[in-house]
Amino acid sequence: MTGKIHLDRSHLHEIYRQMQRIRRLEAKCVELYQMQKIRGFLHLYDGEESIAVGVMAALEPHDAVVATYREHGHALAHGVPMDTILAEMLGKVQGCCRGRGGSMHLFDGKRRFFGGNAIVGGGLPLAAGIAMADQRLRPGRVTACFFGEGAVGEGVFHETLNLAELWRLPVLFVCENNLYAMGVPLQDSEVETDIWRKARAYRMPAEQVDGMDPIQMQVAAERAVAHIRSGAGPYFLEARTYRFRAHSMFDTQAYRTRDEIDTWKSRDPIERLRTWMLANHQITLDEAEAIDAGVVDEIAAALAFAEAGTLEPLEDLERFALMDNVAQEVA
Amino acid sequence: MNPESASMARMSYREACRQAIRDALHADPRSFVMGEDVGKYGGCYAVTKGLLEEFGAQRIIDVPLAENGFTGIGVGAAVAGLRPIVEIMTCNFSLLALDQIMNNAATLSHMSGGQFAVPLVIRMATGAGRQLAAQHSHSLEGWYAHIPGLKVLAPATVEDARYMLAAALADPNPVLIFEHIVLYNTEEDLDAAVHAVDIAHAKVRRAGRDLSLITYGNSLPKCLRAADRLASDGLDAEVIDLRVLRPLDMTTVMESVARTHRAVIVDEGWKSGSLSAEIAARLAEDALYELDAPVRRICSREVPVPYAMHLEEATLPSVDAIVAAARDLVKPR
Repeated sequence: MTGKIHLDRSHLHEIYRQMQRIRRLEAKCVELYQMQKIRGFLHLYDGEESIAVGVMAALEPHDAVVATYREHGHALAHGVPMDTILAEMLGKVQGCCRGRGGSMHLFDGKRRFFGGNAIVGGGLPLAAGIAMADQRLRPGRVTACFFGEGAVGEGVFHETLNLAELWRLPVLFVCENNLYAMGVPLQDSEVETDIWRKARAYRMPAEQVDGMDPIQMQVAAERAVAHIRSGAGPYFLEARTYRFRAHSMFDTQAYRTRDEIDTWKSRDPIERLRTWMLANHQITLDEAEAIDAGVVDEIAAALAFAEAGTLEPLEDLERFALMDNVAQEVA
Repeated sequence: MNPESASMARMSYREACRQAIRDALHADPRSFVMGEDVGKYGGCYAVTKGLLEEFGAQRIIDVPLAENGFTGIGVGAAVAGLRPIVEIMTCNFSLLALDQIMNNAATLSHMSGGQFAVPLVIRMATGAGRQLAAQHSHSLEGWYAHIPGLKVLAPATVEDARYMLAAALADPNPVLIFEHIVLYNTEEDLDAAVHAVDIAHAKVRRAGRDLSLITYGNSLPKCLRAADRLASDGLDAEVIDLRVLRPLDMTTVMESVARTHRAVIVDEGWKSGSLSAEIAARLAEDALYELDAPVRRICSREVPVPYAMHLEEATLPSVDAIVAAARDLVKPR
């Protein structure tokens, strides 16, 4: 593939809209956190939106997604409704996991969104297993597995890459390399800081992509997905990116400088896309503002839904610890 | 009678495990076995011998030494519609897969609000008695029985080895089956009328009036031998095989204690924080006034299981110790 995608106006607008949905929903989450309506850990995706949006644009709705604890963006971009996401973070039974998971554990079985995994690296074998089932039961489908560069320190990263390539499993591995595993800089923890080279060591096709550019992400993901759907096995993308905000709400960011953050913020993928579309007559100011207003409305409606939600009755606390007598629908 | 059905009558525990896997693979095309050396080698304890030839490499899958990886793949495969039978060579190695067992397999159903079942079966060898020393001899089933979201089975008879797997595969939850290494060579006659067992109940393996020996796994034959010796003293011991370590069938245990009023719990795990501790605590909570004597526990000594035969023997629950505890319990005070 030469990297040609349909860069028509409506597609560009949709990419822009998806990134704004993530950015603005998370801004609302910060407010809700400060109001103590969202509690626990809250990990934000600011700056990294291109990756989820670009990759999901290359997937079909029936493809599976496995993500990390920084997964609001992946859930939104894969079609998990914003209102059930927000209700989940508010701990309501109308949430996508009845309030049992919270921010770090969003799941949506109908949409094949498999979390929401808060053990670093823990989602990789899960994704490979889902792909193994698809390979046998639903050939042609892809499982996209997102994880941070911190995961490459875990043994299970290497175990899974080896098995995925050995068994030619239909997995798209997407490493979101934001340069810090919590506060440890990549070069302080890894000898080989080009993460994609680790995948090559398992003879897996792998490349590094500009994770601040949704179009480049989509182009690379489409190339990867074509390879995977052909039955040739997994593919690995290392997306170079940066999180604009702290690791979580408890992080003072002592490990990085204001200058570094500002340098990366000057490459804000949403601002850049908007500016580029305006300059190249791909969007009018009115259209951009209409998209933004639509996102604001969607968030307001989602928040109203979440606020109006109810709490799961305490008598259901132990329900689903075991799945005896629960009707099954295979995801 | 053809030779096949004649051989059905008497069977080893190992062969029962193997036939159970064969049945499962024949019954459901979604099922497969995945583990270290399950294929060409035939299984570390020879349970899967011949199955690669019979079912092929898509159903009997050798894996690299990557317990967390292949167990996690089993979790994902189960969630997405397959019926994996993961073999972990020995439960000491399962610690390398504990993340996937606990944080994913046991957690996904509840944490997702009931959106996913995890119909995964993990078989592993457990226990001591073959001089395999401290990294191949431990009994960790009690640890796993601590974890909500799992079912934990301990087949102690050939019949349970033969039929528990089918029940485990039909279960929508992750089920761990602990096969005791000493039991693999045990032979028993199989009742031709039995084709299935439940995985919900403990069983009275020997009825008695004077005291209850509550146990599971390879301590079951020890308790039955102890009961025979006690019988020659005129003591009539009841032997309860827990079979299912999570969720515990305390009803059967309580009914037994309500009859005998005395309990000795025999558990090859270490005493501190063990399954025996759990049962003792529940007896204290719910059956204290049924008891005519304190609960006694016979467990492994609190050391890593040593290699030398005399040391290993001294570490594990023994028939002598069970008999002594039982006699002590019924002694007039």
